[in-house]
Amino acid sequence: MTEAEIRDFLANAIKENSVMLFMKGTPHQPACGFSARTSACLNALGVKYAALDILPDPRIREELSQLSGWPTVPQLFVDGELVGGCDIVTEMYETGELAQKLGVEQPEEDPEPEAPQPQRAPLGLENRLD
Amino acid sequence: MPSAEELKERIESALPGAAVAVEDLTGGGDHFRAEVVSARFAGLSRIEQHKLVYNVFGDEVGGPIHALSIKTSTPTGDRGSGHSAGTPSS
Repeated sequence: MTEAEIRDFLANAIKENSVMLFMKGTPHQPACGFSARTSACLNALGVKYAALDILPDPRIREELSQLSGWPTVPQLFVDGELVGGCDIVTEMYETGELAQKLGVEQPEEDPEPEAPQPQRAPLGLENRLD
Repeated sequence: MPSAEELKERIESALPGAAVAVEDLTGGGDHFRAEVVSARFAGLSRIEQHKLVYNVFGDEVGGPIHALSIKTSTPTGDRGSGHSAGTPSS
């Protein structure tokens, strides 16, 4: 792949995915703490997003920075526009701006698991003694 | 290898009047955190504010300066808005 092809590929990825994250590693196996934190913000909001690992070829990172004017990775794009790297995304997540930008609900402050509390006690010792 | 003091001085000379604090996060001279308070940031989005700081170092960020974490604000406490002035979330 030539530099120009990489650049076209990146530009296309940004255009075609309304939420596009460039990172080191993958959301399941981030290869850098900053990338991990950024994808964790998106995961916490439950949004669908595309992610591209920039590590396989150093030219990906070079072309990406040329394209965006942003020197570091991760980089999050929403609707074709650079939103920021780890610091900005984390800050926007904390203030609720990221949820607003992505059109989703901000999760509750306390990291309560999704599952609602059961109305009745689950099968337990007492039930069995009946 | 750049030092926190060197980074601080370079940001200060690029953004006159700015209050700058730089911390070497690992002690290894490659992961830094910079807090910059400057009137220059007024009216700029976060992206634009951070770019002003990144631009001080050009290619060094991502190179010798492996990571530069940035926090920007203005003397009046404006943290920068997003790209669009949307309605604040309730």
